[in-house]
Amino acid sequence: MRVQRCKGSRDLTPEQMLRFRFVEKAFRRCCLKWGYEEVKTPVLEYLHLFTSTGTLTPGMLSKVYSFLDWDGWSGQRLVLRPDGTIPLARLYIDNIADKKLARLFYTGNIFRFEETGQETRERWQGGVELIGVSSSLADVELISLALEVLAKIGIKGVELKLSHAGLVRGLLSELGLSAKEQARIFDQVLDGDREALARIRSDRPDLGRAMISLLDLEGRTPGFLKNLKALFSQSVPELVPLVDDFINVVELLDAIGCNYQIDITSGRGFEYYTGVIFQLFSGKDKIGGGGRYDALIPLMGGGDIPASGFALYFDCLMNLVEPAVLAGPLEQRVLVKAEREVLRQGFDINTSLREAGYVVELWLEGQELPNLRWLLDVRNKAPLFVLHDSLKRKKFELETAGEVLTLLGDSNADKNSPA
Amino acid sequence: MPIKIALPKGRLLGETADLLQFAGWGLGGYHKKTRLYRLGSERFPDLSAKVFHEKDVPIQVAIGNYDLGVCGLDWIEELLVKYPSSALVKVKNLGYGAGALYLVGSGSGGVSSVDEIGSRTGTVRIASEYPNLAESLALNLRFKRFSIFPLWGGAEVYPPESADMALVPGRIGERSFDYGLLPVSEALCYSAFLIANKDSWETKDMSEVLASLEDKPAIAPDKERSSSVVVNRVPPTAGQPFSAAVAQDTVRLALPDGHQQQPTLDLLSKAGIKIDDYPCLTGNRRPAIGLDGVVAKLIRPQDMPLQVANGNFDLAITGKDWVREHLYQFPSSPIMDLLDLRFGGVMIVAVVIKDLPISDIDGLRQLGIERAMSFRVASEYVNIADKYARDNHLGAYRIVPTWGATEAFLPEDADLLIENTQTGQTLAKNNLKIIDTLFQSTACLIGHTGDVLNSAKRTRIGSIIEALKVAVEGS
Repeated sequence: MRVQRCKGSRDLTPEQMLRFRFVEKAFRRCCLKWGYEEVKTPVLEYLHLFTSTGTLTPGMLSKVYSFLDWDGWSGQRLVLRPDGTIPLARLYIDNIADKKLARLFYTGNIFRFEETGQETRERWQGGVELIGVSSSLADVELISLALEVLAKIGIKGVELKLSHAGLVRGLLSELGLSAKEQARIFDQVLDGDREALARIRSDRPDLGRAMISLLDLEGRTPGFLKNLKALFSQSVPELVPLVDDFINVVELLDAIGCNYQIDITSGRGFEYYTGVIFQLFSGKDKIGGGGRYDALIPLMGGGDIPASGFALYFDCLMNLVEPAVLAGPLEQRVLVKAEREVLRQGFDINTSLREAGYVVELWLEGQELPNLRWLLDVRNKAPLFVLHDSLKRKKFELETAGEVLTLLGDSNADKNSPA
Repeated sequence: MPIKIALPKGRLLGETADLLQFAGWGLGGYHKKTRLYRLGSERFPDLSAKVFHEKDVPIQVAIGNYDLGVCGLDWIEELLVKYPSSALVKVKNLGYGAGALYLVGSGSGGVSSVDEIGSRTGTVRIASEYPNLAESLALNLRFKRFSIFPLWGGAEVYPPESADMALVPGRIGERSFDYGLLPVSEALCYSAFLIANKDSWETKDMSEVLASLEDKPAIAPDKERSSSVVVNRVPPTAGQPFSAAVAQDTVRLALPDGHQQQPTLDLLSKAGIKIDDYPCLTGNRRPAIGLDGVVAKLIRPQDMPLQVANGNFDLAITGKDWVREHLYQFPSSPIMDLLDLRFGGVMIVAVVIKDLPISDIDGLRQLGIERAMSFRVASEYVNIADKYARDNHLGAYRIVPTWGATEAFLPEDADLLIENTQTGQTLAKNNLKIIDTLFQSTACLIGHTGDVLNSAKRTRIGSIIEALKVAVEGS
């Protein structure tokens, strides 16, 4: 009986891992250079970490992998983390809450059940959280960082779509909907249902109009938001600060020459966002997104700490990596063939070569010779080393390890010689 | 082409039998007093039926052992809410057996509304025979922190002391439940459904059998009939209302319901402990016990280890089999065996069909190597069965959880049973044989491993253990 891979899971082959590490490396480098520090949280968390803040939808929570642990007699369930931000907020509260400002990033997997098994249930992402500041500049820093990572990975034609969770929520509450109804429609809007708002029957036709014009808003400039502000300043002054916040972000993006689209119906299905939400697309693929979540850490009992962050979706990004960039300079590889009687010498030169920066493959008896440029025969009589260069079809007879290293070094110094 | 249907015992049996009789199936032996599990149809020679505990029906249909099944929507949803991609098709609402699941709390325990509970900062404890639906409900109601106590039965006796809420079945529109419990949320309306396995539904021609069910007897639309699940309500008992806060020096004792009641009563009598209304004909689960500072509740022996571990009871009379089942799932659980009560002796055994040319577990393992299919191990003791299969290297195996009458599962619906037996006669009668004995089980008294801080309570617990010890040794 052949044992199969779990439904909804996937393997990463050597070729895919090259892509994965390429994306991860670009992400980590950019984060470190922007002054972010790397952290990791455990795959397992208590279910109540995700239920306690009331910030994930029941629909989302019903798709978590939860189970009773070996000591779960109290009924306390564990989950494979379904989200990266909430565990990170917990990490912040548990470990580094004394830091006024924390710039943190992580790479990790998250797990969500998906019924058909066609899509992967384990997803990899890189996430960045900027904790302790509530400012438009912080939001813009995150957007710039995300765009820089995507540029380094070589993703072309990235689209940035902006929305504002606080503004959508504010409008919903002005419409006089119950908290439950607000949450339901907010979810629908964030899931991209443009009609959800239009369907609401409201006794505030002026707001209804504002809502429709908000929804039509796509690919415009701060000018529109300013018009909207003028409209609200009469009818619903409470919304003005929210529009101002949105305008601030948009103006800062203009100032640094960043392209964007305003699209209110772009969201992510997470209720913890309170301010600007941004999403990143490459064609139809959603490759990342994030936003401001000032209420999350307070809801978790971590004090009045604002935060915002984003995640980039590695599963999608690694497929968009151009093969050409992966083919970069390969390490120099050498095959070392040592007969049993000179095994000691063979292992010794292996070590020397590895320390000098070469990738060394050991010849296993009976193995077919792989297609490498360099083959080193280790012998028990003179010459002790015979180095074959299959590229230039040359053979060198050498007596010491030092001579081998020198010869390899000289050949590789010749920039025109491919690996 | 053979068609197999899984039919329910219990609450839906009467009306299902009426329906099938009217449909002219000619199922000899499907009636309340049936002791038969396998039935043939006179009208449809290709049709065969098997009788299951109702809760087993959706599982049996979903895993493909049966093409069709009849059971309540409550048990279908209990499966689907946790395993949404189960291969199950709801074919038809059969209309009878209507009821609803309610989230209930104790009025005197201070439970007033869902919003109030949702806003609590502590853990909300929900006891139910429907743990998956209870979890889903708690998520949908956005309870911030909750624990689900999965139960074999008797959920209505848990609130308010042993749980904050219970998810229990009731009549449609029911407003008051046993022991002063009040509904705070309706979770699901149900009635009997005809279900089909998805593959069978898509590939098998079952049209004749299905068509026969269309000629339904005209069911009177009056309420009596449509709400036909009989829920026996305990007559309101006199006495104090139940309070969530039990006095610190009160000992909470769990006594078994079901067939261990008589030997338990005998033991209590021998120990000089007086108890009223036990075994109880009206279904009262809160008998009065003649010991100062002790309250007793009747719950299922299966549920006791978990309840003692959680500190909801101080002492419980259960079986060693259920203690072991619990400890295999939760090795660090803080319960301990205090006293062997020496009654209710059974052997926990591994059972196969008699014709199988093997005599022990090694033979079965060998058989597993030779065949391509994975073993199906059916048991009420899911964790004991799992450990047994694992320890004996049964290779690829699946545990089929059951809720009773496992002996009917062999050979078509399982390959191996982990069952309890007193004499082995029922097994032999069903053409089965024992290939291994796992352990011997008797009734036992269990308690929590933690220190009892209240000295009056500690003394009371000590004297109950002592009295029972004397009774056991004197018998």
